Amino acid sequence: MAELTMVQALNLAMKEAMREDPNVLMLGQDVGQDEGVFRVTEGLLREFGPQRCIDTPLAEAAIIGGAIGLCYKGFRPICELQFDGFSYQAFHQIEGHARRARTRTMGRYTCPLVVRIPYGGGIRAIEHHSEGPEATYAHLPGLHVVLPSGPRNARALLREAIFSPDPVIFFEPKALYRAFREEVPDEPETMPIGKARVAREGKDITLVSYGASLRQTMEAAEELLDEHDIDAEVIDLLSLSPLDDEMIQQSIRKTGRGVVIHESPRHCGVGAEVVARVVEESLLYLEAPIKRVTGFDTTIPFFANEMAYLPDAGRVVKAALETVRF
Amino acid sequence: MPRETIQIPRRIESLSILPYEGELDTELEPKIPDNDLRRLYKTMLSSRKFDERCLLLQRIGKIGTYGPTKGQEAASLGPMYAIGNDDWFVPSFRETAAMLWRGWPMSKILLWWGGNEIGASPPEGVNDLPICVPVASQCQYAMGIAWGCKLRQDGAVCVAFVGDGGTSEGDFHEALNFAAVYQAPLVMVVQNNQWAISIPRERQTRSKTIAQKAIAYGMDGFQVDGNDILAMIVATQEAVEKARNGGGPTLIEAQTYRLGMHTTADDPTKYRSEEEVKKWEPRDPLPRFRKYLKSKKLLDDKVEKVIEEEIDGLLEQAIAEYDQYEKDPYYMFKGMYAEMTPALRRQMAELREYVEGGESSEKPRGSYSRVL
Ligand SMILES: Cc1ncc(C[n+]2csc(CCOP(=O)(O)OP(=O)(O)O)c2C)c(N)n1
Ligand SMILES: [Mg+2]
Repeated sequence: MAELTMVQALNLAMKEAMREDPNVLMLGQDVGQDEGVFRVTEGLLREFGPQRCIDTPLAEAAIIGGAIGLCYKGFRPICELQFDGFSYQAFHQIEGHARRARTRTMGRYTCPLVVRIPYGGGIRAIEHHSEGPEATYAHLPGLHVVLPSGPRNARALLREAIFSPDPVIFFEPKALYRAFREEVPDEPETMPIGKARVAREGKDITLVSYGASLRQTMEAAEELLDEHDIDAEVIDLLSLSPLDDEMIQQSIRKTGRGVVIHESPRHCGVGAEVVARVVEESLLYLEAPIKRVTGFDTTIPFFANEMAYLPDAGRVVKAALETVRF
Repeated sequence: MPRETIQIPRRIESLSILPYEGELDTELEPKIPDNDLRRLYKTMLSSRKFDERCLLLQRIGKIGTYGPTKGQEAASLGPMYAIGNDDWFVPSFRETAAMLWRGWPMSKILLWWGGNEIGASPPEGVNDLPICVPVASQCQYAMGIAWGCKLRQDGAVCVAFVGDGGTSEGDFHEALNFAAVYQAPLVMVVQNNQWAISIPRERQTRSKTIAQKAIAYGMDGFQVDGNDILAMIVATQEAVEKARNGGGPTLIEAQTYRLGMHTTADDPTKYRSEEEVKKWEPRDPLPRFRKYLKSKKLLDDKVEKVIEEEIDGLLEQAIAEYDQYEKDPYYMFKGMYAEMTPALRRQMAELREYVEGGESSEKPRGSYSRVL
């Protein structure tokens, strides 16, 4: 067992996969000598050489589009995009090809690629470096969308993503890259994509979250217990497409109350999907309307005001109290 | 003939005027009024000092990540001398000197790097676009502006900037193609500072020059010594005149060098040698221009001292303005559409109630209390 940050855990998952399977490639801007702008690719060039850890010219569409072709040639590329805001430069390749390859060729060609995208706000970054595009990708059939919340699940999910037979959009919450360390087992570990995790057991209300917002959610759960005697269950989604329907419904049926928390905009967000599913399947178990605590339906402000946009524990507590006191 | 060489009716020229050693070639020397030369120098020096100060401000956490422009001042400033206020200037993110020339207050540029939208709102009186972060995306609207100038027949031109790394993006190529097809009055300046973060120019493109990419689109390309303010002025003036007269777009490759780090988040010692930086230092555009002005007796110790003091005063004033700026956490809602949607109005009220404590809510708390 080693205590790793998320950056180190992701790095470990890639090294393990690259050692095991020569078809696994790493490509992106500044991933070689520079070891990635967040240093997630540290040591890859040294260990695997420039044929497998590939610095590309500056063109996201070519990185993803090229990786699709590499898939057709039997490789398993891991693509690193530098920031969430620049994933759109590759959007037509992801939408038009990566997600459709299997369907349109009736399985003759598939796209087992991983697109790693540093995700979200809270790091005082300049414009376009703090975006929350997960719902945009989760809306596209044919993709898996994963968003881990800690070093251990990040490492396990990245391994799963690399060996997944289908394309995976792998969001990495920047605010958590070096926020804390976690014990990570020595042996490679996987977690199935599509499964959520109970981050905290409770009986009074279900708080559903993922990524960096999970921290504020856990903080809120502590406060609800300490100050209001409310015992919250916290569900960490981990996978946004597919969604772990079963776990969400079970928990909501148990508690009868829910709040969904994420930092990206509310409109057509993951929270909307969670609420819709609960209403469809578990309406009669509900004691109160489910609330959403999210980023607003605005562009995330430049960083001087980003904390006003990002949900904090107080907003979660407030919504939970309103739900409980409904 | 079934097989022969196709003659391409374009060629690529290069230009350098100011020596960094040896004598000036007076035949190439442009006639620029003394006062303008002094003003150009002052702007260049302002940009350099602003840059140095920003590195300090970043270190003490007053602004966020900062991208220095040290060594590239001439490449962005020269082209500005070739256009007027009715023309359009489309920056990337390493054109501080150009922005200062166009009248962007230092405080505004500071506010941009300090995370405030006001830093992206162009000053009155010039047709400028703000700093653009998604690499090369600005090439497309720059092309559209130039196209619009042609459709309006207003005689204006557009000067746009992109980096050497940016020339790999589809946006760059698509924009140049459109500009050439429509013969739009666009001058696309590539600040080839030899690096795109850790990727050197040779691994960005196999082309011998960036300027030659122009040939493929059917436009002229010009490789210019980007650390030579005079060469940048002359080359851009020619391109602007041609564009105004219906001659279409030009691609200018400014050969320069990023003397500093990519941004304050970057550690260039990971990927480039100190020797390489040392090799470029003597070509630093600022001392080169200074030497020229001194040889023309336009600068002496006394004048320099006056200029320096003036700039220092402006810097202090800009920082004071920056400090006094009152940020508005509700701007995100108000600035979104011409008219706020009902959802935005509700969400703004929700935030206000939470931050300021409405009837039903408890005291302001959490990170929001830090916001105000
Ligand atoms: C579309 C896009 N991809 C990636 C980035 C991250 N990034 C910022 S600057 C940069 C390198 C740009 O190199 P170049 O165009 O040569 O400009 P320079 O930084 O040298 O001025 C990169 C990769 C970005 N801002 N936009
Ligand atoms: Mg560059």
